[in-house]
Amino acid sequence: MAHSRPHEVYVIGTGQVPVREHWERSLRDLAVWALHSAVADSGIEAPEALYVGNMLGALLSDQQHLGTLVASWAGYRGIEAATVEAACCSGGSALRQGYLAVRSGAHRAVAVVGVEKMTDSVNGAATAGLAMAADAEAEGAVGLSFPAINALLMRRYMHEFEPRREDFAAFSVNSHANAVGNPNAMFRKAISERAYLEAPMIADPVNLMDSAPMADGAAAVILADAETAEQLGRRGVRITGSAVATDSLALQDRRELLCLDAVAASTARALDMAGKTPADVSFFELHDAFTIMAVLSLEAAGFAPKGEGYRLATEGAVTREGRIPICTMGGLKARGHPVGATGVYQAVEAVLQLTGRAGDCQVAGAKVGLIQNIGGSGATVVTHVLEAD
Amino acid sequence: MALQLPREWRRRAERYRLFGGRCLGCGRISPSLRPICPACQDDRMEEVELSGRGEVYSFAVMYKAPEGFEQDIPYVVALVKLEEGPVITAQITDVAVDDVRVGMPVESVLRQWRQHGPDGHIVYGYKFRPAQRP
Ligand SMILES: [Zn+2]
Repeated sequence: MAHSRPHEVYVIGTGQVPVREHWERSLRDLAVWALHSAVADSGIEAPEALYVGNMLGALLSDQQHLGTLVASWAGYRGIEAATVEAACCSGGSALRQGYLAVRSGAHRAVAVVGVEKMTDSVNGAATAGLAMAADAEAEGAVGLSFPAINALLMRRYMHEFEPRREDFAAFSVNSHANAVGNPNAMFRKAISERAYLEAPMIADPVNLMDSAPMADGAAAVILADAETAEQLGRRGVRITGSAVATDSLALQDRRELLCLDAVAASTARALDMAGKTPADVSFFELHDAFTIMAVLSLEAAGFAPKGEGYRLATEGAVTREGRIPICTMGGLKARGHPVGATGVYQAVEAVLQLTGRAGDCQVAGAKVGLIQNIGGSGATVVTHVLEAD
Repeated sequence: MALQLPREWRRRAERYRLFGGRCLGCGRISPSLRPICPACQDDRMEEVELSGRGEVYSFAVMYKAPEGFEQDIPYVVALVKLEEGPVITAQITDVAVDDVRVGMPVESVLRQWRQHGPDGHIVYGYKFRPAQRP
């Protein structure tokens, strides 16, 4: 078989639903809403294929087979469609599939949707669902929740490196401050360090303010090859790096507990592919489902030495004006974390930043965006590099 | 999580009796018997009994519990580093939650994990308590 040159992949349209508790909207409504917004933004008539990222539809809405359901409800009769599941990085994994479809030349224009409907079940089922991101036999069976897994990481980190609670607070304070300017964020209200310090414990040392909130949401992007992007006059943002790396689901099987190996590998590969180093990155949309994940991600991705990532927030390095801005539109903590949708929200936000349309959240002169979506506590890590063309 | 009787039954041995898998290639012991060594990918794994002695490597105090564990709040879950090398995930018992420390010596005991409903099936398995055996 002859190998043709890989195609360049552009993001030619974006759509997002405000992250909220959408009591009047169903799983499929949310997905179609985001998808139609992105299609309209792109100027295409219909995508050739649809990849839907979702984690909890089966458990919370009795619905699987979402790829085809959403394609059908959106009116794209007959197109290729599939659902992609990789726990909390289902959205990022769907983005990766869309990227590969265009990159390979299999399709010229595809849609990627991330969607999660977490408020349909009110009896703790969403919490139980999130625990399925961890190892059910090693961790779930003995009474660990998903916050507990992150608490084990945080406790050991505190034991080895002795950060203050205030150092973790600074990450939540930064995310909330950034969300104030984002109309699609769930919590558009700054919080104080005191509010963090007084928050109730969920799984000590993880408190409520260490954790991203559950929410409903959907986001979508349209990806296309250079020729299609050119015809539509939409050559604004290109995906120049894309990589996925994996590690064990269970913490007990990790090589070294406080080193997120899959973050390191996935970030290095994506940056290398784009010909970039951490110093070139204008902003980093990392996966701050818990403050400790932000700290460990900054270290593994190469923005801080091991055991020093916690200093970046108190030093102000992660603010929009800092050396390495993170969570520029609120991140998971304050934009909200509709789990299977989060990775696509990150892509939408990166496009807004790179095209100067981030409004009050704008990072001045943003040229290179790094986005990273994590499934479990570092088990699947999807990283993309987006650049202004 | 609903009761899945066949699954509980299938796993009874490794819950009642702490054992792992030793890799004949690199010698590393994994916390459960698995087909391939996670360190060197060798497929020659043999079952090895674990002493149940170790120390708390990290822990969390649970104030919000998954379904089926609510009656135990607050309880402690931990990563226990066993003296044979592997790390195992388990609850810590027989100690006040405020007294648990990283580095605390612990030993395994057989305890009730959870009961499925008031008249339901009771699942037993290993937990760890502060070390008492010499
Ligand atoms: Zn081995």
